[in-house]
Amino acid sequence: MATTKSRTLPVSKRGLNFEMFMWLFTRLSALAMYALILFAIIGALVMGARHQMNLADVLRWGFMPHSGHVQSVPLDNADLWVTPFWRLTASALLLVAVAHGVHGLVVITDDYIVTARGRLIVRWLSIAMMISMSVIGVYVLWTS
Amino acid sequence: MSLKRNVSLATGLRYRGQGPMLTFVLHRIGGLGMAIFVTVHILASFIGGEAGVFLNDIYTNWLFQIFIFFCALFHAINGLRITIIDLFPKLLVHQREAIWVEWAVFLPLFAIAVFVIISTAGG
Repeated sequence: MATTKSRTLPVSKRGLNFEMFMWLFTRLSALAMYALILFAIIGALVMGARHQMNLADVLRWGFMPHSGHVQSVPLDNADLWVTPFWRLTASALLLVAVAHGVHGLVVITDDYIVTARGRLIVRWLSIAMMISMSVIGVYVLWTS
Repeated sequence: MSLKRNVSLATGLRYRGQGPMLTFVLHRIGGLGMAIFVTVHILASFIGGEAGVFLNDIYTNWLFQIFIFFCALFHAINGLRITIIDLFPKLLVHQREAIWVEWAVFLPLFAIAVFVIISTAGG
Protein backbone atom coordinates (compact mmCIF):
# COMPACT_ATOMS: atom_id res chain seq x y z
CA MET A 1 0.00 0.00 0.00
CA ALA A 2 1.39 3.36 -0.99
CA THR A 3 1.48 5.76 1.90
CA THR A 4 0.89 9.40 1.16
CA LYS A 5 2.06 12.10 3.50
CA SER A 6 -0.86 14.27 4.56
CA ARG A 7 -0.47 17.93 3.76
CA THR A 8 -1.52 20.45 6.36
CA LEU A 9 -1.82 24.18 5.95
CA PRO A 10 -2.36 26.43 8.96
CA VAL A 11 -5.65 28.31 8.98
CA SER A 12 -3.76 31.61 8.76
CA LYS A 13 -2.50 30.67 5.28
CA ARG A 14 -5.76 29.07 4.15
CA GLY A 15 -8.24 31.70 5.33
CA LEU A 16 -11.39 30.99 7.27
CA ASN A 17 -14.48 31.55 5.09
CA PHE A 18 -18.04 30.57 6.02
CA GLU A 19 -17.86 27.08 4.47
CA MET A 20 -14.60 26.38 6.29
CA PHE A 21 -16.14 27.66 9.51
CA MET A 22 -19.15 25.36 9.11
CA TRP A 23 -16.83 22.44 8.30
CA LEU A 24 -15.09 23.06 11.62
CA PHE A 25 -18.41 23.66 13.39
CA THR A 26 -19.71 20.26 12.22
CA ARG A 27 -16.74 18.51 13.85
CA LEU A 28 -16.70 20.57 17.04
CA SER A 29 -20.48 20.31 17.49
CA ALA A 30 -20.13 16.53 17.18
CA LEU A 31 -17.72 16.61 20.11
CA ALA A 32 -20.05 18.98 21.98
CA MET A 33 -22.97 16.58 21.49
CA TYR A 34 -20.84 13.70 22.79
CA ALA A 35 -20.03 15.81 25.86
CA LEU A 36 -23.66 16.84 26.46
CA ILE A 37 -24.99 13.28 26.04
CA LEU A 38 -22.34 11.88 28.41
CA PHE A 39 -23.14 14.71 30.82
CA ALA A 40 -26.86 13.83 30.75
CA ILE A 41 -26.13 10.12 31.27
CA ILE A 42 -23.81 10.88 34.21
CA GLY A 43 -26.49 13.21 35.60
CA ALA A 44 -29.07 10.42 35.34
CA LEU A 45 -26.75 8.05 37.21
CA VAL A 46 -26.16 10.67 39.94
CA MET A 47 -29.95 11.11 40.27
CA GLY A 48 -30.33 7.39 40.91
CA ALA A 49 -30.84 5.87 37.46
CA ARG A 50 -29.00 2.72 38.53
CA HIS A 51 -31.93 1.46 40.57
CA GLN A 52 -34.77 3.33 38.85
CA MET A 53 -34.23 2.90 35.11
CA ASN A 54 -33.26 0.37 32.48
CA LEU A 55 -30.58 1.06 29.86
CA ALA A 56 -33.05 2.07 27.14
CA ASP A 57 -34.59 4.73 29.40
CA VAL A 58 -31.14 6.05 30.36
CA LEU A 59 -30.19 6.33 26.68
CA ARG A 60 -33.46 8.07 25.78
CA TRP A 61 -32.75 10.56 28.55
CA GLY A 62 -29.13 10.86 27.37
CA PHE A 63 -30.04 11.72 23.78
CA MET A 64 -32.37 14.48 25.03
CA PRO A 65 -32.54 15.17 28.80
CA HIS A 66 -36.19 16.23 28.71
CA SER A 67 -38.69 15.27 31.41
CA GLY A 68 -41.09 13.86 28.79
CA HIS A 69 -38.52 11.18 28.08
CA VAL A 70 -38.76 9.79 31.61
CA GLN A 71 -42.54 10.12 31.97
CA SER A 72 -43.08 6.37 31.79
CA VAL A 73 -40.34 5.68 34.36
CA PRO A 74 -41.33 5.24 38.04
CA LEU A 75 -38.91 7.81 39.52
CA ASP A 76 -38.32 8.31 43.26
CA ASN A 77 -38.24 12.08 42.93
CA ALA A 78 -39.58 13.26 39.55
CA ASP A 79 -38.95 16.96 40.44
CA LEU A 80 -35.20 16.40 40.21
CA TRP A 81 -35.55 15.69 36.49
CA VAL A 82 -37.60 18.83 35.59
CA THR A 83 -35.23 21.55 36.78
CA PRO A 84 -34.25 24.66 34.77
CA PHE A 85 -30.75 23.16 34.83
CA TRP A 86 -31.86 20.16 32.75
CA ARG A 87 -34.04 22.37 30.53
CA LEU A 88 -30.94 24.47 29.80
CA THR A 89 -28.87 21.36 29.08
CA ALA A 90 -31.60 20.03 26.80
CA SER A 91 -31.87 23.42 25.04
CA ALA A 92 -28.11 23.49 24.45
CA LEU A 93 -28.21 19.99 22.99
CA LEU A 94 -31.20 20.91 20.81
CA LEU A 95 -29.62 24.08 19.41
CA VAL A 96 -26.31 22.36 18.64
CA ALA A 97 -28.09 19.38 17.08
CA VAL A 98 -30.41 21.51 14.92
CA ALA A 99 -27.50 23.59 13.60
CA HIS A 100 -25.43 20.45 12.93
CA GLY A 101 -28.36 18.65 11.28
CA VAL A 102 -29.59 21.51 9.09
CA HIS A 103 -26.06 22.15 7.85
CA GLY A 104 -25.79 18.42 7.11
CA LEU A 105 -28.96 18.62 4.99
CA VAL A 106 -27.45 21.54 3.05
CA VAL A 107 -24.29 19.49 2.42
CA ILE A 108 -26.41 16.61 1.09
CA THR A 109 -28.58 18.79 -1.17
CA ASP A 110 -25.44 20.49 -2.54
CA ASP A 111 -24.49 17.12 -4.04
CA TYR A 112 -27.68 17.08 -6.12
CA ILE A 113 -28.64 20.75 -6.55
CA VAL A 114 -25.79 22.47 -8.34
CA THR A 115 -27.26 25.63 -9.88
CA ALA A 116 -26.46 28.88 -8.10
CA ARG A 117 -30.18 29.72 -7.88
CA GLY A 118 -31.07 26.29 -6.51
CA ARG A 119 -28.37 26.48 -3.87
CA LEU A 120 -29.51 29.95 -2.84
CA ILE A 121 -33.08 28.65 -2.38
CA VAL A 122 -31.74 25.71 -0.35
CA ARG A 123 -29.84 28.14 1.88
CA TRP A 124 -32.87 30.32 2.55
CA LEU A 125 -34.98 27.22 3.25
CA SER A 126 -32.29 25.91 5.60
CA ILE A 127 -32.19 29.18 7.53
CA ALA A 128 -35.99 29.15 7.84
CA MET A 129 -35.91 25.52 8.99
CA MET A 130 -33.11 26.15 11.48
CA ILE A 131 -34.86 29.11 13.09
CA SER A 132 -38.31 27.48 13.20
CA MET A 133 -37.09 24.15 14.58
CA SER A 134 -34.93 25.90 17.21
CA VAL A 135 -37.83 28.09 18.36
CA ILE A 136 -40.41 25.28 18.36
CA GLY A 137 -37.99 22.89 20.07
CA VAL A 138 -37.03 25.32 22.83
CA TYR A 139 -40.74 26.16 23.31
CA VAL A 140 -41.60 22.47 23.72
CA LEU A 141 -38.68 21.95 26.14
CA TRP A 142 -39.68 24.82 28.41
CA THR A 143 -43.47 24.37 28.37
CA SER A 144 -43.94 20.61 28.76
CA MET B 1 -23.69 25.16 -14.55
CA SER B 2 -25.79 22.05 -14.65
CA LEU B 3 -25.62 18.57 -13.21
CA LYS B 4 -23.59 16.55 -15.69
CA ARG B 5 -21.87 13.44 -14.45
CA ASN B 6 -21.18 11.47 -17.69
CA VAL B 7 -21.61 8.35 -15.59
CA SER B 8 -24.53 5.96 -15.92
CA LEU B 9 -26.44 4.75 -12.88
CA ALA B 10 -25.19 1.21 -13.52
CA THR B 11 -21.58 2.42 -13.44
CA GLY B 12 -22.29 4.38 -10.28
CA LEU B 13 -23.68 1.29 -8.57
CA ARG B 14 -20.63 -0.72 -9.64
CA TYR B 15 -18.26 1.87 -8.13
CA ARG B 16 -16.15 0.00 -5.66
CA GLY B 17 -15.37 2.54 -2.98
CA GLN B 18 -15.14 -0.30 -0.47
CA GLY B 19 -15.10 0.43 3.27
CA PRO B 20 -14.82 4.23 3.21
CA MET B 21 -17.59 4.52 0.58
CA LEU B 22 -19.86 2.28 2.65
CA THR B 23 -19.35 4.40 5.76
CA PHE B 24 -20.02 7.53 3.67
CA VAL B 25 -23.35 6.12 2.41
CA LEU B 26 -24.40 4.84 5.84
CA HIS B 27 -23.39 8.13 7.47
CA ARG B 28 -25.67 9.94 5.03
CA ILE B 29 -28.59 7.54 5.55
CA GLY B 30 -28.13 7.82 9.32
CA GLY B 31 -27.98 11.61 9.26
CA LEU B 32 -31.02 11.91 7.00
CA GLY B 33 -32.96 9.38 9.10
CA MET B 34 -32.24 11.27 12.32
CA ALA B 35 -32.96 14.68 10.77
CA ILE B 36 -36.39 13.50 9.57
CA PHE B 37 -37.12 11.71 12.86
CA VAL B 38 -36.11 14.64 15.08
CA THR B 39 -38.07 17.13 12.93
CA VAL B 40 -41.23 15.01 13.01
CA HIS B 41 -40.73 14.26 16.72
CA ILE B 42 -40.41 17.94 17.69
CA LEU B 43 -43.40 18.92 15.55
CA ALA B 44 -45.46 16.04 16.96
CA SER B 45 -44.78 17.03 20.56
CA PHE B 46 -45.56 20.64 19.63
CA ILE B 47 -48.88 19.80 17.96
CA GLY B 48 -49.84 17.01 20.37
CA GLY B 49 -53.35 15.55 20.22
CA GLU B 50 -54.31 12.66 17.99
CA ALA B 51 -51.54 13.27 15.46
CA GLY B 52 -48.98 13.17 18.27
CA VAL B 53 -50.33 9.85 19.57
CA PHE B 54 -50.32 8.42 16.04
CA LEU B 55 -46.67 9.39 15.55
CA ASN B 56 -45.76 8.08 19.01
CA ASP B 57 -47.09 4.66 17.98
CA ILE B 58 -44.63 4.71 15.07
CA TYR B 59 -41.66 5.58 17.36
CA THR B 60 -42.46 2.81 19.81
CA ASN B 61 -42.66 0.18 17.05
CA TRP B 62 -39.68 -2.18 17.41
CA LEU B 63 -38.79 -2.03 13.70
CA PHE B 64 -38.57 1.76 13.83
CA GLN B 65 -36.50 1.59 17.02
CA ILE B 66 -33.99 -0.74 15.36
CA PHE B 67 -33.78 1.62 12.37
CA ILE B 68 -33.38 4.83 14.35
CA PHE B 69 -30.87 3.25 16.74
CA PHE B 70 -28.85 2.12 13.73
CA CYS B 71 -28.93 5.72 12.42
CA ALA B 72 -27.93 7.26 15.75
CA LEU B 73 -25.24 4.73 16.72
CA PHE B 74 -23.58 4.50 13.31
CA HIS B 75 -23.69 8.27 12.74
CA ALA B 76 -22.22 8.88 16.20
CA ILE B 77 -19.38 6.33 15.93
CA ASN B 78 -18.54 7.17 12.31
CA GLY B 79 -18.78 10.88 13.11
CA LEU B 80 -16.28 10.46 15.94
CA ARG B 81 -13.84 8.79 13.52
CA ILE B 82 -14.30 11.62 10.99
CA THR B 83 -13.84 14.23 13.72
CA ILE B 84 -10.68 12.66 15.12
CA ILE B 85 -9.10 12.12 11.70
CA ASP B 86 -10.07 15.58 10.41
CA LEU B 87 -8.84 17.40 13.50
CA PHE B 88 -5.57 15.40 13.44
CA PRO B 89 -4.98 15.02 9.66
CA LYS B 90 -1.74 13.10 10.19
CA LEU B 91 -3.87 10.16 11.28
CA LEU B 92 -5.42 9.93 7.79
CA VAL B 93 -2.95 7.20 6.82
CA HIS B 94 -4.69 4.95 9.36
CA GLN B 95 -8.13 5.57 7.84
CA ARG B 96 -8.82 1.93 6.84
CA GLU B 97 -7.70 0.55 10.18
CA ALA B 98 -9.88 3.18 11.87
CA ILE B 99 -12.87 1.91 9.88
CA TRP B 100 -12.21 -1.65 11.06
CA VAL B 101 -12.06 -0.42 14.66
CA GLU B 102 -15.30 1.43 14.03
CA TRP B 103 -17.09 -1.77 12.94
CA ALA B 104 -15.58 -3.63 15.88
CA VAL B 105 -17.19 -1.06 18.19
CA PHE B 106 -20.44 -0.69 16.27
CA LEU B 107 -21.39 -4.33 15.59
CA PRO B 108 -21.38 -5.67 19.19
CA LEU B 109 -23.18 -2.57 20.52
CA PHE B 110 -25.81 -2.71 17.79
CA ALA B 111 -26.23 -6.48 18.15
CA ILE B 112 -26.87 -6.13 21.89
CA ALA B 113 -29.35 -3.31 21.27
CA VAL B 114 -31.22 -5.27 18.59
CA PHE B 115 -31.35 -8.28 20.90
CA VAL B 116 -32.75 -6.14 23.75
CA ILE B 117 -35.27 -4.39 21.47
CA ILE B 118 -36.55 -7.66 19.97
CA SER B 119 -36.72 -9.48 23.31
CA THR B 120 -38.60 -6.52 24.83
CA ALA B 121 -40.99 -6.40 21.85
CA GLY B 122 -41.52 -10.16 22.10
CA GLY B 123 -42.57 -9.70 25.72
